[in-house]
Amino acid sequence: MDSSVLFGIATIGYMLSMVAYITYLVSRKEQVGAAATGITVASFIAQTIAFMMRWVEGYEMGLRSFWRPPISNLYESLIFFVWCLILGYLIIEFRYRNRSFGAFITPLAGLALAFIEMTGMSKEIQPLLPALQSNWLLAHVTLSFIAYSTFGLSFGTALMYLIEKTEKRTEPAYIFWTVSLGVLVVLLLAMGADFMKFHVLASTPEEMKSYLFRATFKSDSGAVSLASWAGAAAVVALVWRYGYLLKRVVASFNVTAGLLDDVTYKAIAVGFPVFTLGGLIFGAIWADQAWGVYWSWDPKETWSLITWLVYAFYLHARLMRGWKGRKVAVVAVVGFVAVVFTYLGVNLLLSGLHSYGSLG
Amino acid sequence: MVERKKGLVDRIWDLFASVKFAVVLFLLIALTSIIGTVIEQGAEPEKNLMLLKRLFGDSLAPSAFRLFESLGFMDMYRSWWFVSLLVLFAANLIICSLDRLPRIWRLATEPIKPLSPRMTGSVPIRREVRLKGPPEAVRERLEEALSSIGFKAGYSPDEDGGYQLYSQKGGYTRLGVYITHLSIIVIMLGAVIGIFFGFKGYMPIQEGYTADFAYGRDDTTQSLGFAIRCDDFDVEFYDMSDMPKVFRSRLTVIRDGREVMKKVVEVNSPLRYGGYTFYQSNYGMVPDADGYFILKVRGRTGKAVTINRMLGESFVIPGTEIVGTIRDFSPALAMDDSGKTFTYSNMMNNPAVYIEFSEGGKERYAGWILRRFPSTWRLPDGNVVELVDYWGVQYTGLQVRKDPGVWLVYLGSGIMTLGLCIAFFMSHRRVWVLVGREGRHSAVTVLASANKNRQAFERKIDKLVSALSGGSDG
Repeated sequence: MDSSVLFGIATIGYMLSMVAYITYLVSRKEQVGAAATGITVASFIAQTIAFMMRWVEGYEMGLRSFWRPPISNLYESLIFFVWCLILGYLIIEFRYRNRSFGAFITPLAGLALAFIEMTGMSKEIQPLLPALQSNWLLAHVTLSFIAYSTFGLSFGTALMYLIEKTEKRTEPAYIFWTVSLGVLVVLLLAMGADFMKFHVLASTPEEMKSYLFRATFKSDSGAVSLASWAGAAAVVALVWRYGYLLKRVVASFNVTAGLLDDVTYKAIAVGFPVFTLGGLIFGAIWADQAWGVYWSWDPKETWSLITWLVYAFYLHARLMRGWKGRKVAVVAVVGFVAVVFTYLGVNLLLSGLHSYGSLG
Repeated sequence: MVERKKGLVDRIWDLFASVKFAVVLFLLIALTSIIGTVIEQGAEPEKNLMLLKRLFGDSLAPSAFRLFESLGFMDMYRSWWFVSLLVLFAANLIICSLDRLPRIWRLATEPIKPLSPRMTGSVPIRREVRLKGPPEAVRERLEEALSSIGFKAGYSPDEDGGYQLYSQKGGYTRLGVYITHLSIIVIMLGAVIGIFFGFKGYMPIQEGYTADFAYGRDDTTQSLGFAIRCDDFDVEFYDMSDMPKVFRSRLTVIRDGREVMKKVVEVNSPLRYGGYTFYQSNYGMVPDADGYFILKVRGRTGKAVTINRMLGESFVIPGTEIVGTIRDFSPALAMDDSGKTFTYSNMMNNPAVYIEFSEGGKERYAGWILRRFPSTWRLPDGNVVELVDYWGVQYTGLQVRKDPGVWLVYLGSGIMTLGLCIAFFMSHRRVWVLVGREGRHSAVTVLASANKNRQAFERKIDKLVSALSGGSDG
């Protein structure tokens, strides 16, 4: 058995636990909750073993030195993000003895894992290009993903906070969280549709590398694509229309708004210094060592600065009168959107120094 | 009471000292920064015109381009308005810190005072416990308990036979925020010094050649005051693939005709000398250059010798009469399905040399010898010819930088790390223990506060109280 088998098991496990946590939130059956925790812990253990196996495999194949953990390409870093996120989540679940957070945090892991599958990114253990053989880079990547996962946690709890604190459908904060949650649901559904179409019902055509959204928005058939957009709008509208019902659901789990605000702040209070050190400072030192420029305003750097400013905004806004509560929770949600864009948007949509072609 | 009308200077000061202004600047810098991640910075105009055509359509693109250009969007991080935002940000940081510092400094350095009775209600953590024995008898126990959680207690008696113990820790941690603010100023200062007094350039050096200047912006040249010789450039690949593993330049620094330093430069391992830093940036083949084939030749019986020959030259395998003549070279030799050889790259990915061997004027054999394939080194008669290098035809491209501000950037980064750790992970904790007489017992009230992470401190206080009451009868 090699690491990929265990990674596959962990992926399926996390998908199941996401479903279980959401079921638990709605049904409030203790057994379902216990099952969700059980599946999550088991998947986490499987992933941890897989991570170590992949580490050893890379070393044994002579592609990487012993001191290089497998977190060097897009696939490995997303997997590592999921690992940190789940670890952080489990800490919160056991610390606060409350499973309601799971329904809002495990979908983020689910999205990341589905993204890996749908885009068909390479899962091979690749040798490292010269620029990537750096301890600063290693520290940069590791700490960045630890920070990203704490930001992911704060995203989930900030969303829950907004759910608890709003009910009027015309309220800006209500509209904001229902649209955010709606988009999240749409993304999950669209990826689920991709999975159904290209994995379950038919095999993926050989030449199609990425089938992300090919079953829906990017379908070959214009009608399907159009219907998907309409469907997406309908889902968002539905979440907006009936979102207030979630308030009672969340409130029934004894998570007070004060607790949610506190957890959000704590996650960011850990994430912000780690991100500053790992994401910005170590990244700058690495760039300085490799290229002789510690800061060059390339899109990746600029977006991590934007992310940093959003969280700086969050921390300072808490000190301002009239900004506690709803408004800062909105900022925490926006911060994670910036994180996702920094990591994926820049790679997918914008170009820069970080898209390594060749050295020449 | 009517507030006294403030002067203009005061009002500007107040604006710059406000958190609101800071937050607005965060937002402005973050939002405007996005522009420069979409529009390619410092690119050829055609490129961005193409982008604008896609965004705004063919008809609007030219005017959009002119508008964007006049706003400096094509090089926005250097534009007057973006730099102004950064200057405002720095001013805000300095003024708001100066504005708050005196008060925070007092809080941080002030020795803790006993609590006046009317203040006790405002302390957030409060625990009570009854201990056996009069106040003076339990004092030592209380002091020990406090010192067990790291607090050295002060003592102040009150009128009715009781007293107060009080202590604080981590007052200086209130400065964490200001240390962080200071670090940003230090980093910005380093960046400004780098912009005004630094140099960024490029220096290609052919193997075996020496250069003493670098190309700066717009093809200007800057003399270094010393010279660098490239002794060798080499790419190492992963196994049999074309995936580069190491780019390596062997460099020698020459000052006043003397070799003063040798260093192997790799990506992530630059050469530093004379205030300049040299980074491995790129490499290539020099067109029409004549180099030396470095061959390691070992006769079947004799020992190995290393020889240098140019294309068309000959050598003798030691201990034999066999003469090898170098006839052809390929930087990247490959074979097609029919067994015909061809060159698949003009870079030295798989260098190979074609050598004809003869003995006494009679041709014996000929073939390709590939550097990366040791099996091709052994000749049919058991002699070995290894291709070590084709030297003198590659150049190494070095990125040259002089940045007298970089140490400030690093210093600022260090200060920032320290400041953030203090600001987020440490807190100012205060504790007061009020002890009063209650018959033959002492009534002990523990009051405590922490400016951050109060729950953690509360747990500590709980532990302290339960340890105390373990020996009490209350």
